[in-house]
Amino acid sequence: MTRRRLLLLAPLGATVLAGGAFFAMLVRMTQGKFDPRGVPSMIIDKPVPPFDLPDESGAKLTNADLATGRPVLVNFFASWCEPCVEEAPVLMQMKQRGVPIYGIAYKDKPNATLGFLRGHGNPYARIAMDEPGRVAIDWGLYGVPESYLIDGQGIVRWRYVGPLTADVATTQVAGLMRKFA
Amino acid sequence: MRALALALFLLAGPAFAISDPSEMLPDPKQEARAEQIGSQLRCLVCQNESIENSGADLARDLRKIVRQRVVAGDSDRQIVDWMVARYGNFVRLRPPFDATTALLWGSPLIALLAAGGIVMAGRQRRDEAAPRALDSAEQAKLRTLLEQ
Amino acid sequence: MIPELGHFALALAVAFAFAQGIVPLWGAYRRDARLMNAAPAIAIGQLMALVVSYACLVWSALVDDFSVLNIAENSHSLKPLLYKITGTWGDHEGSTLLWCLILAGCGGAIALFGRKLPGSLRARVIGVLGATACGFELFALTASDPFTRVWPPPLDGRDMNPLLQDPGLAFHPPILYVGYVGFAVPFAFAVAALLEGRVDAAWGRWVRPWALGAWCFLTGGIALGSWWAYYELGWGGYWFWDPVENASLLPWLTGTALLHSAIVVEKREALKTWTVLLAIGTFSLSLSGTFLVRSGILNSVHSFANDPARGVFILVLLGLVIGGSLLLFAFRAPAMTGSGLFAPISREGALVLNNILLCSITAVVLTGTTYPLFADLLLNTKLSVGAPFFNATVFPLAIPVFAAMALGPMLSWKRAALWPAFRRLWWALLVALAAEMFVVLKMHALPAMAFGCAAWIICGALADVVDRARLFRVPLHDSFGRLRGMPRAAFGTTIGHAGLGVTIAGIAGMSLAVQSIVLVKPGETVHLAGYDWTLEGVRDAAGSNYSARVATIDVRRNGKLVTVLEPSLRTFPVQQMTTTEAAIETNGLRDLYAVIGGEREGSAVLRLHDNPLAPWIWFGALIMATGGMISLADRRLRIGAPARRAVPAIAARA
Repeated sequence: MTRRRLLLLAPLGATVLAGGAFFAMLVRMTQGKFDPRGVPSMIIDKPVPPFDLPDESGAKLTNADLATGRPVLVNFFASWCEPCVEEAPVLMQMKQRGVPIYGIAYKDKPNATLGFLRGHGNPYARIAMDEPGRVAIDWGLYGVPESYLIDGQGIVRWRYVGPLTADVATTQVAGLMRKFA
Repeated sequence: MRALALALFLLAGPAFAISDPSEMLPDPKQEARAEQIGSQLRCLVCQNESIENSGADLARDLRKIVRQRVVAGDSDRQIVDWMVARYGNFVRLRPPFDATTALLWGSPLIALLAAGGIVMAGRQRRDEAAPRALDSAEQAKLRTLLEQ
Repeated sequence: MIPELGHFALALAVAFAFAQGIVPLWGAYRRDARLMNAAPAIAIGQLMALVVSYACLVWSALVDDFSVLNIAENSHSLKPLLYKITGTWGDHEGSTLLWCLILAGCGGAIALFGRKLPGSLRARVIGVLGATACGFELFALTASDPFTRVWPPPLDGRDMNPLLQDPGLAFHPPILYVGYVGFAVPFAFAVAALLEGRVDAAWGRWVRPWALGAWCFLTGGIALGSWWAYYELGWGGYWFWDPVENASLLPWLTGTALLHSAIVVEKREALKTWTVLLAIGTFSLSLSGTFLVRSGILNSVHSFANDPARGVFILVLLGLVIGGSLLLFAFRAPAMTGSGLFAPISREGALVLNNILLCSITAVVLTGTTYPLFADLLLNTKLSVGAPFFNATVFPLAIPVFAAMALGPMLSWKRAALWPAFRRLWWALLVALAAEMFVVLKMHALPAMAFGCAAWIICGALADVVDRARLFRVPLHDSFGRLRGMPRAAFGTTIGHAGLGVTIAGIAGMSLAVQSIVLVKPGETVHLAGYDWTLEGVRDAAGSNYSARVATIDVRRNGKLVTVLEPSLRTFPVQQMTTTEAAIETNGLRDLYAVIGGEREGSAVLRLHDNPLAPWIWFGALIMATGGMISLADRRLRIGAPARRAVPAIAARA
């Protein structure tokens, strides 16, 4: 194989490699493992970002309250968020199965939040009111709803972007609750 | 899911990208600096715009944060690091220069060298293939042939 | 009935394309003249089938046939007539059909205008076009059928994205697609030449008009898209290095290299390998761009309904077309030996440098655009590569191109000396330096350098004509004689190069743009860039499918009214979307630009801009395309033979 022949085969070689890579990307996209638009979470395996917010009754809710000794789910939601309506029944089911869920209301007026909960049920043990939305930014939030699993020591272990489905609740969340129990 | 993605795009329409004059810092130098930093940060919602140009709510919040930190005296590097700590390198429109991006930042030089190298190799081959001058024995033979 | 007819016509086109792919290529292989001569007829048949198919789609849109799923999803009874027609290519299925129509059109064009090509070459070119078209039409028929019905039909359609209901964006796709798909012809020429086993000067001469034509349209299409972004998106930006924009820039860069490289093949029988590879590469980049955009892999604002499953189909198609042609290239290219030897300093040398630089820029833009994807797949890290990266890496490579552009045409073939070439450009250098001095205090370093380069390019282009006419060195009468005898291609080169200079000057000028974002009440005045902008009022207005709030802004300078700007904010109830319509007033040298944002308590948020030299950006692109068209009109290209010189004394420097 002369040097010239190798050089002339280079464009084909590069194309085949690129084609293979794109094929892998497409396959993974259909499997949900590749998302060009997804933003990674920077707080996985790190302690919960410090925060200090009022809760629904006016009391303080801080990051320390999330380290309860058992894993808890933190769910960012808002009354103005449509997918949150889809998610509400799933959260209620998880509450019934004994999953402790803490809510953080993102950029929402307390009246609106309470109205939303009255209408769709309240799965939350406590709800922090992040009206300015700054705490969410500290968590790396880029849309609602997002859910995070915190282990017993207050370390973030898992994040889910978008409305939780019954499928994710039974397969992933249940497994994680057992793993970090 | 597709409909949702499309809906997210539609919600953050360009109409609100005008931004609010009350957001701007009173000091023009600081405002210019904030805009410069902001134009390097990717909006996480309208992902192909910087936070300066995006109309999304999150972009507006991030713009406010950038301006607050500029006023507070943070350096450009510190502000970008603050964003990266929360959203990762994905938020930087200007990718960092490290081991994973060496090929990226090196691409102009690599491309030039590769192209130049191929051209040089081609010329060398052509020079080698060009007929060389006749030596004395061949010249003598040529003379006899011509004189016939 | 009509949609079914359209569907049938598409299927018929597939059949024609299949025949078109097989018959001529077999005929050329067997040297069977009858089979080869059947090629043009089959190509015309394919074209007519697709014209019928597309016409059926347009008809369905015009009569508001909402039983056709594509029309139901993208149209609305209240949509204006123009957008009902242009909306047919505003979505994935319709634009795919348009793509196929233009590809069939390429085959038809060769059939009609390629009569002077030798039979076997023409047959092979049509054959390759047919094979490619067959693949795409099969894709359209099976995976992107615009004629699928929906039952029961909805009462009204879902309307089209309001951003697309705009004259600029209405015409951007067809012009852009003629550019993208038009490069299939040079591609077919390259593959045909590889099949024939011969690339010679004649091939260079035949391929160039097709490349030039496609290039003109691609230039126009990209410029139109950029201009649309400028006046529609509301903040004066015109190029964002968005992945889809880059996907259109890549074939433009290699297409430009192809144009220039083909000259060397034609004149000097050299650079054959480069030129064939560029011809294959340009179309491959167009195809890859299409794939990346439609598969959902690229993260871009131009999202068609993304579908990874469709992506696999297109990827396989690409693999066959691109992989096949590159495989052929690897095996047949060694047989192409160039006979033209040249010194490094020569016109060929300058064109080699041009190739190197343009291909390097292409490599950088391609790397930057796809890097986030590969990093995510292979390194599992998420990166963004945005405008700051491209601006930092592309301009250093572009500056040498700008510098060489003026010098190249001055060099003679085979062996040239730099100093005499510079001597002919002395005044261009002076003007460039003067331009640089003029702006260096006002602009940042990079735009100032770009402005100087722009002046250098424009004057250098003019210097070429001045030199050929021997202006001021011979009597004026003689100069005119020489100009009249000059081939049109020389004018085309000058105008084309000058056009790029104008665009670069516009980009440099935009770096001086000033803007102001204000909250004003009617009657208040804002001072910006030496003008007084007064908001007279905001009123309601309505269009056929939208309601709007229109602001009236009087712009005065020294008390005299310069213009009245009326930006508006349109709300489309069906799609629940709002769009801004910027108001722009141009005097050729600068744009006054106003946008209205929201309103609050009787005040309106306004965004006002003064954009120096902005119109030059798109005007320059128009000039470039005009230059290309003038070159196309050169008789030598059309009849394939050199034109008789009117003044025989002109040295053959062309």
